[in-house]
Amino acid sequence: MSAEPAISVKGLTKRFGDKTVVNDVSLTVQRGEIAGFLGPNGSGKTTTIRLMCGLLTPDAGEGIVLGHDIRKEARRIKLKVGYMTQRFSFYEDLTIEENLRFVAGLYRLKRARKVVEETLQDLGLHSRRKQLAGSLSGGWKQRLALAACIMHKPDLLLLDEPTAGVDPKARREFWDEIHALAAKGLTVLVSTHYMDEAERCHRINYIAYGTLVARGTVEEVVAEAGLTTLLLTGTSAQTSKAGARLKGAQGVEQVAHFGADLHVVGRDGAALRASAERVAADTGCTLTASETSLEDVFIRLMSESADNMQ
Amino acid sequence: MISRLFSLARLGTLIAKESIQMRRDKLTFGMMLGVPLMQLVLFGFAINTDPKELPAALVAPTQDRYTRAMVTALELTDYYRFIAPDASAAEAERMIARGDVAFVVTVPSDFGRRVARGDHPTILIEADASDPSVASGAISTLSEVAADALLRETGQEAEAAQRAATQLRVAVHRRYNPEGITQYNIVPGLLGVILQLTMVMMTSMALTRETERGTMENLLSMPATPLEIMLGKIVPYLIVGAVQVAVVLLAARAMFSIPFVGSLSLLLFGVFVFVLALVILGYLISTVSRTQMQAMQLTFFFFLPSLLLSGFMFPFRGMPLWAQYLGEVFPLTHFLRLVRGVMLKGADLADVAAPLAALGIFAALLTLVTLARFRRTLD
Repeated sequence: MSAEPAISVKGLTKRFGDKTVVNDVSLTVQRGEIAGFLGPNGSGKTTTIRLMCGLLTPDAGEGIVLGHDIRKEARRIKLKVGYMTQRFSFYEDLTIEENLRFVAGLYRLKRARKVVEETLQDLGLHSRRKQLAGSLSGGWKQRLALAACIMHKPDLLLLDEPTAGVDPKARREFWDEIHALAAKGLTVLVSTHYMDEAERCHRINYIAYGTLVARGTVEEVVAEAGLTTLLLTGTSAQTSKAGARLKGAQGVEQVAHFGADLHVVGRDGAALRASAERVAADTGCTLTASETSLEDVFIRLMSESADNMQ
Repeated sequence: MISRLFSLARLGTLIAKESIQMRRDKLTFGMMLGVPLMQLVLFGFAINTDPKELPAALVAPTQDRYTRAMVTALELTDYYRFIAPDASAAEAERMIARGDVAFVVTVPSDFGRRVARGDHPTILIEADASDPSVASGAISTLSEVAADALLRETGQEAEAAQRAATQLRVAVHRRYNPEGITQYNIVPGLLGVILQLTMVMMTSMALTRETERGTMENLLSMPATPLEIMLGKIVPYLIVGAVQVAVVLLAARAMFSIPFVGSLSLLLFGVFVFVLALVILGYLISTVSRTQMQAMQLTFFFFLPSLLLSGFMFPFRGMPLWAQYLGEVFPLTHFLRLVRGVMLKGADLADVAAPLAALGIFAALLTLVTLARFRRTLD
């Protein structure tokens, strides 16, 4: 890992009209790292990614991506970055092969024909290369988009919710591919809503309402949140009764049903335990300690920053 | 509850939703109000199928009283407006070829003498019949007016004038289109109209499609410069335009037997500049439109007045001055002068320099505005 980070942005701010979409975001991603970029819908993830690859100009702040200034050297950054948009943005009325040739041509790749040929082989789409891209299923579109993004051998991959609407098997394969690429030295910044995907990242960054509120490894983020999580088990009738009583009880911040199980989360461990013990005894549920999940932390972070907004 | 086949409440909900959507799309809403208003003003005030006060040149080496009487009488008909009252024959020829004047009235130097002698005085009126409708009204009143003018002369020459009036000969030359065939006017003009509609619409939709389908974001994230993207969009449509030109010109010759007296290379050069201006205009429209629908609406918003005010459907010189000034804004106006000049009048480069320059300025200005407006980023 070289000393200079792949992404280093400071105080990035972007406004659309009077709405501040990205507010003072500072972010560092080391080379070869898979960085998760998380946050609720409309939290400014896409805008931040666009700022980093030169598609938008920041209103304030500065940044260096792959050694280039995001304000002045957007063209150089574009040559070294692969950006996969949230929505499939290749030409649906072009065939798979035509799309790849188009991309290869724009990057002026040497021996483009051969590169396209190899990419088709790697994708396993060689036999379907004459098929229109628009007729591909969601999973295949995503694979095609990823293949097109890495054809020019970028140093940094920016993926904006790449697995939205893709089935679990395709998602698993996609992440295997991302890890393989990272092992070869590629840096990856990936935005996602899925907790299991967040846990596959080396480090995660959590953005809410335009502000970066947490960062670190999954363990660090969970530990830093300082939450206590308890589990109530019993019949579904028992746990639903317990859930209703625990909502708003002292020390209880989150109550979530997982099948017949009940997850209760709070920062004040003692108060939480007292409330849960009382309710468990009344409803006949069994109370056990549990591990705090990333999801518990994120929901906590979301409600926290929502409060700050008001 | 049984769902009724028709419910007023449900209909009301649908109507309310539609109205909200209509109001949200500001551009469409503006056009719904703007287009009828524009049509009213243009059709109501600007268009005149019996054009009056047409520009004319007078070639009269001897400006005697008979000549002056003739000129006054012609002006009183309201059909003629002498913008060049003392032109030489060569100047007048140039002016009618360029389309600066619709008529050249020539009063020969011996006109006064012939009136005095009662010896068949003759005046020559040359009309630019490349637009037959321009010439017809003005010509039909001619002989009578001219004779009356002489009759009004009083004094000692009154008797001679009276005699001369009965013998007055008015020679009318319908220049460029002696038979007054409407197609001669329409078909070359159609070249401009067809090119305008397809070129502007195609280009404006092509780029908007990228924005609408989200492929623009991808395109911008890859290394392509605005100039490359713009040229990449424009060049294919220039080729389509070239095919259209070939088709229209061949059809003009084969189906309508339109004469082609000028230089083909000059015409093709003019067509190229015109198409360039159109394609860039289409590109400009696409930088302001968010959807293909909007691009199409803007294209028509531009297309309609240019059709009416360019001189394609109605005589340009027949419109009131404000409408003529407005008409100068449209590339089509200048292209029509060029194409009719070259095809029908055999105009040379010097004759069509003005429309050519106008088209060139359009193309250059539009390029500057478009490149400035192009969003390299998504801001």
